Amino acid sequence: MSHLLEVQDLKVKFALRFGDLTAIDGISFTLDKGERLGIVGESGAGKSVTGFAIINLLSKPGFIAEGKVLFKGQDLSTLPGREMRKIRGNRISMIFQDPMMTLNPVFTIGTQMVETLKAHRNITTQEAEKIALEKLRKVHIPSPEKRLAQYPHEFSGGMRQRIIIAISLLNDPAIIIADEPTTALDVTIQAEIMDLLQELCQEEEMGLILITHDLGVVSQVTEKIAVMYAGKIIETGDTQTVVTDPSHPYTRGLIKSLPGALKTGEKLYQIPGMMPNLTAIPPGCAFNPRCNLKDEICLKEVPLLKRTEKGIMAACHMI
Amino acid sequence: MPYDIEAMNNNTPILTIKNVVKHFDISGGLLDQLKLKNGRIVREKTTVKAVNDVSLTINKGETLSVVGESGCGKSTLARVVMGLYPPNAGEIYYKGDRIDHLTHKEMLPFRKKMQMIFQDPYASLNPRKTVKQTLEEPLRFHNPKMSRTAIHDKIISVMKQVGVDPAWSSRYPHEFSGGQRQRISIARALILDPDLIVADEPVSALDVSIQAQILNLLMDAGRERGLTYLFITHDLSVVEHISSRVAVMYLGTLCELAKTEDLFATPAHPYTRALLSAIPRVGETKPKNIKLKGEVPTPVNLPTGCVFHGRCVYANERCINEVPKRTLLDNGTLVACHAVEENRDMD
Ligand SMILES: Nc1ncnc2c1ncn2[C@@H]1O[C@H](COP(=O)(O)OP(=O)(O)OP(=O)(O)O)[C@@H](O)[C@H]1O
Ligand SMILES: Nc1ncnc2c1ncn2[C@@H]1O[C@H](COP(=O)(O)OP(=O)(O)O)[C@@H](O)[C@H]1O
Ligand code: SF4
Ligand code: SF4
Ligand SMILES: [Mg+2]
Ligand SMILES: [Mg+2]
Repeated sequence: MSHLLEVQDLKVKFALRFGDLTAIDGISFTLDKGERLGIVGESGAGKSVTGFAIINLLSKPGFIAEGKVLFKGQDLSTLPGREMRKIRGNRISMIFQDPMMTLNPVFTIGTQMVETLKAHRNITTQEAEKIALEKLRKVHIPSPEKRLAQYPHEFSGGMRQRIIIAISLLNDPAIIIADEPTTALDVTIQAEIMDLLQELCQEEEMGLILITHDLGVVSQVTEKIAVMYAGKIIETGDTQTVVTDPSHPYTRGLIKSLPGALKTGEKLYQIPGMMPNLTAIPPGCAFNPRCNLKDEICLKEVPLLKRTEKGIMAACHMI
Repeated sequence: MPYDIEAMNNNTPILTIKNVVKHFDISGGLLDQLKLKNGRIVREKTTVKAVNDVSLTINKGETLSVVGESGCGKSTLARVVMGLYPPNAGEIYYKGDRIDHLTHKEMLPFRKKMQMIFQDPYASLNPRKTVKQTLEEPLRFHNPKMSRTAIHDKIISVMKQVGVDPAWSSRYPHEFSGGQRQRISIARALILDPDLIVADEPVSALDVSIQAQILNLLMDAGRERGLTYLFITHDLSVVEHISSRVAVMYLGTLCELAKTEDLFATPAHPYTRALLSAIPRVGETKPKNIKLKGEVPTPVNLPTGCVFHGRCVYANERCINEVPKRTLLDNGTLVACHAVEENRDMD
């Protein structure tokens, strides 16, 4: 039984002057056709690096030190650049928080879409335009014929993000990786984009990896969740189980610290301290300086992911 | 930032914002302003209409939150209040004294009483100054006669209050995390014992686990010092937790002003309704189905009539032509909407 995507013991390091810094420390997960996975965690936990590592697009000093990224059984981590480019933007697309990372301000939407298509396929401009229109319709852009001739700045933030999604759909990808796709948008627009992503996964049987820090969004959109802390997955499993009945002390603290459950003005639950810098991860469990359940063993031994009674996986000595 | 009934009752406005308008001219140089229209060259100015005729008052001891999407004019309003931008029209009063259009010198006594905290603690702290220098400067400036020991003691006590170890007072901002830097910005705001704090998205750049720490700190300081907050944010669950009243803005316009409980229980304005129904909450299994149409216009070309009409499912002819006036509802909520005023069916 093979998965659409299978990440195995992935380790990503950054070669820095004082030595190698481990940003991703042995994470594993799978994604199937039409499945929606959410990756959550605080800033610096390794969410974006995970996304870039999957499409083998780590920026300069970063490299995959160990592990495999199997896409339909083929290991992408060792694929030569030319073949990887074919997969990227063709079989696996990535959407970024800032739409201007994908859009070029000096070309019309139409030009950018047609060029993207022609880079991957041997087709005429007319054929490419037809596909572009079809994808713009798919993301609910009104009067797409008119829109093709417009420049990125002529669109609102929400519309720009929908155009990015249309571009990412051009070559009928099997997987979309969306890194904080709505962080810059109003909640009403965010809801529309999330609804759209979910609809696309269902209709096109596309796999989705949604990277976000918003637990509410993850809860609405995904069926599987991976919670990252200091470069590791510390809890993963069915989204509803994890967000409504979290197991790991860190996840429990996160959910408890959300405003909304309490009465106005009441003191919020707070996790003490902060996530350690990657250069100074404490021995044993990386969460131990902030954990109120820690014991001797937590200071010495790194906890591994284990299956719990609830059917999810958590990495904690006390579970 | 408790919901202080006492403060709501005695109703002394600490801050009054009256019909404030703030537009920015972004036309650039003369050459950029020249446009070709019907075969003729005309000169055209481009203005961003960031804040349009906003009025509200803030009472002593309350926390009034301003919410709305990115670009709707929240930060601009905050900066006008702080005297950082002069308004194009309208007035700002601090405890009855008019403070818009004051000279730098005339503004000084008010500066001391009104402090601002910014979203980005990285940008708002001077990287070349130690924590001690950062905190010392405003103290010396506003209290030239204060003794060395008094200054020292004050810095220690404020650092303790915001939870930064006073032993770190000779460190520089880059040696601190984002959350700690925000604590230092809060210390800088508190050190002059202000009455009013204008906080512009003070937790938006922080992680969830750090957000709770900073919100608790702000609420505690508010209680202990009897502070009044003008709190700006786009995060509605934060708003619900900390505010006594909420002002909802859309495209530079105030749509609704209500007590927090009322706003969340019975939102009146169609935009407020859409916003509240879109909050993603933990435990939900589907994105909300928002009944809104169209796209957000830019504040350069403001729609006629009600600025929300292009996206409002209840809009009619009147909404396209006539700017809605504020209507006062039975529960004290102020709302600017024709449909609410006319009792149009909205379900
Ligand atoms: N080019 C780089 N050189 C050195 N370290 C890097 C580089 N890029 C990322 N890192 C480090 O890798 C770790 C993981 O970063 P990553 O961007 O994946 O975090 P993230 O979880 O996406 O955070 P955010 O929520 O802020 O986007 C961080 O400690 C970061 O500082
Ligand atoms: N100094 C400025 N010059 C020109 N335009 C500005 C300036 N400051 C803000 N604006 C514009 O005014 C509008 C409101 O901005 P702002 O008050 O920052 O919004 P918010 O804080 O609600 O996100 C936006 O369109 C913004 O681009
Ligand atoms: S392993 Fe120990 S320190 Fe880590 S989360 Fe579990 S109890 Fe806390
Ligand atoms: S005035 Fe008209 S367009 Fe504006 S919110 Fe009310 S019903 Fe909608
Ligand atoms: Mg990231
Ligand atoms: Mg702002």
